[in-house]
Amino acid sequence: MMRSGSKGAALVAALFLCAGFSAHALDRAAVEKLAAEDNDEKIAAIGALVAEADPKAADILRQAAEGEVEVDGKKVEIVVNNRVRAAIADALAALKLLSPEAADRAAAAKVLAGGADAAMKPLVEKALAQEKDGEIRAALETVLAGMQIKGDSKEERLAAIRTLGGSGNPNAKTLLLEAAADPDADIKREAQIGLRAVEGRLAWGERLGLAFAGVSLGSILLLAALGLAITYGLMGVINMAHGELIMIGAYTTYVVQGLFRSTSFFDWYLLAAIPAAFCVSALVGMGLERSVIRWLYGRPLETLLATWGISLVLIQLVRTLFGAQNVQVENPAFMSGGVQALANLVLPWNRIYIILFAAVVLVLMWLLLTRTRVGLHVRGVTQNRAMASCVGVPTARVDTWAFGLGSGIAGLAGCALSQVGNVGPDLGQGYIVDSFMVVVFGGVGQLAGTVLAALVLGFANKLLESWSGAVLAKIAVLVFIIVFIQRRPQGLFALKGRAVEA
Amino acid sequence: MKRRSVVKVLTLAASIAAIGASSSVLAQAKTVKVGILHSLSGTMAISETVLKDTALMAIEEINAKGGVMGHKIEPVVVDPASNWPLFAEKARQLITQDKVAVVFGCWTSVSRKSVLPVFEELNGLLFYPVQYEGEEISKNVFYTGAAPNQQAIPAVEYLMSKDGGGAKRWFLLGTDYVYPRTTNKILRAFLKSKGVAEKDIEEVYTPFGHSDYQTIVANIKKFSAGGKTAVVSTINGDSNVPFYKELGNQGLKATDVPVVAFSVGEEELRGVDTKPLVGHLAAWNYFMSLKTPENAVFTKKWGDYAKAKSIAGHKDKPLTNDPMEATYIGVYMWKQAVEKAKSFDVDKVRVATYGQTFKAPSGIVSKMDEQNHHLHKAVFIGEVKADGQFNVVWKTKGPVKAQPWSPFIPGNEKKKDIPALMADKKG
Repeated sequence: MMRSGSKGAALVAALFLCAGFSAHALDRAAVEKLAAEDNDEKIAAIGALVAEADPKAADILRQAAEGEVEVDGKKVEIVVNNRVRAAIADALAALKLLSPEAADRAAAAKVLAGGADAAMKPLVEKALAQEKDGEIRAALETVLAGMQIKGDSKEERLAAIRTLGGSGNPNAKTLLLEAAADPDADIKREAQIGLRAVEGRLAWGERLGLAFAGVSLGSILLLAALGLAITYGLMGVINMAHGELIMIGAYTTYVVQGLFRSTSFFDWYLLAAIPAAFCVSALVGMGLERSVIRWLYGRPLETLLATWGISLVLIQLVRTLFGAQNVQVENPAFMSGGVQALANLVLPWNRIYIILFAAVVLVLMWLLLTRTRVGLHVRGVTQNRAMASCVGVPTARVDTWAFGLGSGIAGLAGCALSQVGNVGPDLGQGYIVDSFMVVVFGGVGQLAGTVLAALVLGFANKLLESWSGAVLAKIAVLVFIIVFIQRRPQGLFALKGRAVEA
Repeated sequence: MKRRSVVKVLTLAASIAAIGASSSVLAQAKTVKVGILHSLSGTMAISETVLKDTALMAIEEINAKGGVMGHKIEPVVVDPASNWPLFAEKARQLITQDKVAVVFGCWTSVSRKSVLPVFEELNGLLFYPVQYEGEEISKNVFYTGAAPNQQAIPAVEYLMSKDGGGAKRWFLLGTDYVYPRTTNKILRAFLKSKGVAEKDIEEVYTPFGHSDYQTIVANIKKFSAGGKTAVVSTINGDSNVPFYKELGNQGLKATDVPVVAFSVGEEELRGVDTKPLVGHLAAWNYFMSLKTPENAVFTKKWGDYAKAKSIAGHKDKPLTNDPMEATYIGVYMWKQAVEKAKSFDVDKVRVATYGQTFKAPSGIVSKMDEQNHHLHKAVFIGEVKADGQFNVVWKTKGPVKAQPWSPFIPGNEKKKDIPALMADKKG
């Protein structure tokens, strides 16, 4: 994470020597130097720009980072690579370090904490002497310690190691690792103590990150499997076209996105896409139930074959309509980026939203099944069709509704999946195995089982992945499921009572 | 009555046969069939579909100028659907049923390895347009993409240099198949020769079509706390989209941990928000952003062609990339070779292809090596810009000769730089 290079020397020396200079207009020459072929020259020119302390310097540097600077109405192209870009970021931070705005100073300190060059030391010291805000002080102290640890004075180095040992910054670990290889025994010992403390703090970030990844994958599995928990779990239809219903939901999202593209509400297209995906998938599902599946109740093998055929038809249909290539579903602005939870842990917004979405869908579905008349009918029909029919429940219509509900939830899953993965005609194929795995593992006919199974499999997958890699993790999970189902065919949660025989 | 009808039938059959024969004679005189073997569906469609269109564009251009040796080129497009055994089936069909003179196709090395025995058995001719791991010279294949010394090694050297950030630790991330595995084997040996310790190299693979990169990005972060790290990505196909999305969302910046990719170009980054990815790198032998007169012509041609054919995506935002350039060069080299050989015969065309040159869109004169079936290419390293284009930050002075047998794989020093079968003949 350390940035190498000698960019700082010229930069900061100039900053201080020229503090008394009167700011003169930024001339072409300075910008021409920025456009030099050699990166060392460019970095020197950046230092010179900062030294002029002209309010336009920041503006020019910002333009330079974009690759083009406008001088006297003419555009000069500047090739910026990562090294120069880092120098520009540091220079911009340096310009802001003494800003009257606390927010600017905090941002600047954060940039420099990523590994500032030792030559900036006098500037950081000056900023630290003036700083009154506690948090910014702490940040600056870490920045300073990062410079002192490489200094000559042993006292200073030991103090710096102690300061770094108290921080939770991944960059501190890099610096301490270097110090731990120092020939000086005192420094080595102190660095090792500091390293252990930092690693302990970083380990928390890593563990939480793994837990989040597990919940995130679990929520995706849950969304994919919830619909199947109704169609397969409650109704007993082995629906091989379930994945394609997910795919249809994702494509509906794509179409809705297209409708919103020219409007100014583009960021809100998802809100419209959610009900649209539900309705389209539900309608397709109800159509399937009415036309094909209805005639095959109680014949699982034929249902399996028929729905598999339907899945192929749907894939080809989408391929013909939208083309074989993946289509692009963009994340709305509020779902890009992430929230910095810890120094080494960023939680991406799209995953946070999907976890919340899965929870909401789950609660709504549970309410629908347990608190409404339709839900009562569905449960009644699935537990004892003949009896339900006797007391006047229109079983045929209930079947259609239930299948439509399951399909609609698959559509919602597609809408969510379009935000994390690729949307293509084969999208569903990748989730059908996972969905069945979750439902079977959880116990057929049990919502709670499905939820638990999705989370367990999500965690297990991520835990194994970080330990043995993605390829082996997938294999290990599948082997585990096979063994588990052999030992306990009824799944995690078994149905009890007379419903089992129905 | 009976006899009359028999006569009638006979004359009819005879006349049909005559028409058929004459039309086939005409067809043979006027057209030559070429095969195009690229996945138009499945995980690789994201990359390969445009190569089909590029080949078709080059063919249309050649036809508009009178074709090759007075023959119109008739392209036969098949879709092997990212299914490796299907590549071999389709290749066999192209050569034996359609009797194509040449095939332009394949992207992944696993697909090339799958068709290779077919081309060797039936003595077909394949122009392969994508950078790959080397370790192969077949007399039936011309490789117009880069070998490792024309892409991977220069990229890693750049990242080690002061300008590239001086990386000390290496995270090698790839899709699990022959190209990433072999490239990483070569890179590992190369890094060791530069004094990088075993503990500073990490190799990770994901399956084709993998879409959840949370743990991997977290692991990269963890690994990078141990010293300046660079990631070398040989991820192929549509997995790149979720990988780069995750990278952006988790805030891993190029100034901290640069990611250099060997299979990601302008086309793969379409549809990814590139603003958080600014500064991540790709190494290629061509970028759309190159400012050469040849490239200006090439990109304009492609833009017009995409609009005329209404190619999805490209009609509004035309993009060109390295394998497209390599495909384009390949079609023209084949045409030039046919004209030199004055024949469509594979053996004659092969000999005529040696030493062919073409003024490539990248600005250099690209030459097909006289011996090793690989193109001499210039190497460029580009950084992603906010608009999804690449900013060239490093390039070689001129074309580099390919080393298909990497010196970093033990045993290669004995291998000859010409196709094995021919080496035996000479030998």
